[in-house]
Amino acid sequence: MAFPHSDVTVAPQPPDQAAGDPAGTPAAPITVKIVVAGGFAVGKTTFIGSISDIEPLSTEAAMTEHSLGVDDAGGVTDRKTSTTVAMDFGRIALPGDLWLYLFGTPGQDRFHFMWDDLVTGAIGAVVLVDTERLEQCFDAVDYFEARQIPFVLAVNCFDGVARHSLDDVRSALAVRDEVPVFYTDARHRQATKQALITLVTLAMSRMQ
Amino acid sequence: MPETPVPDEREPRRFDHDLDDEETVEEARLVRPYALTRGRTRPGRSDLPLEALVRVVAGATDPVGTAERRRILDLTREQILSVAELSAHLSLPLGVVRVLVGDLADEGLVVVHTGSPAAAPPAANLKVLESVLDGISAL
Repeated sequence: MAFPHSDVTVAPQPPDQAAGDPAGTPAAPITVKIVVAGGFAVGKTTFIGSISDIEPLSTEAAMTEHSLGVDDAGGVTDRKTSTTVAMDFGRIALPGDLWLYLFGTPGQDRFHFMWDDLVTGAIGAVVLVDTERLEQCFDAVDYFEARQIPFVLAVNCFDGVARHSLDDVRSALAVRDEVPVFYTDARHRQATKQALITLVTLAMSRMQ
Repeated sequence: MPETPVPDEREPRRFDHDLDDEETVEEARLVRPYALTRGRTRPGRSDLPLEALVRVVAGATDPVGTAERRRILDLTREQILSVAELSAHLSLPLGVVRVLVGDLADEGLVVVHTGSPAAAPPAANLKVLESVLDGISAL
């Protein structure tokens, strides 16, 4: 059956989501999002789950839509790969009909096409750092710096033990002074909350 | 830029060709995701944000009625949901859900709340950020 692909928009989108639509549908929440980045198994989903109202969900993008004809799987370009990239996310309802989404990034840099999607319109990013595998967050730091997206470095203390000083982390990653670097514990709601507060405060200071 | 070792076919193949290509079927899921979109990878309306909220229009009936479209209508009847959440609940890639939601919106069956224009997302609004900060602080 053919999909009618009409140019006539039957249900026009309201210019302002707080206004609701003409048919009387109730107003929708305002949505904002924060990106949670960092290397594989650094605790992104744990971080999201520690504060999310909903159990973290996982969505995927099929690599096929972007990898066709690109040779990164051993020289075979004339073939579809079925690789999918999983991305975990959570949601927090805030007063004032605000919904804050937390999106975890896929870990590897070859998935940057998804990051572009994620950061568009985002408040900023929390980069989770595992000091044992510092190099895993170089990628994220480069990405956010290049795009001037506000970000903070949250050093995840596994087992509650800080193995490296924050100054060491800062100098190893060579981030500017304005980038907050602090310890966190992705398992604990209060620590996660503080990380988000630090990021939003940074984003606001950029606007003033 | 790395050079491609394969001299021909720099152009990505189009999906609507692939759909007829038997060789590509071997990696199929139960239903190949983009078969649901008739091979289209782009929604009719340009890039729906992941966090765009979708809600069914009251009394909407679907003349096409595929299982996935019905699922989207049912889920968003219960509560307003983002494109990302629909993707997770339907276990379908984001790109597929964007196309399906775009179609449903074009057909007037759902309303998509994308908020303010892309040029001025809520995150660029100081008042919104203040509310976010207050809200998180009060958690």
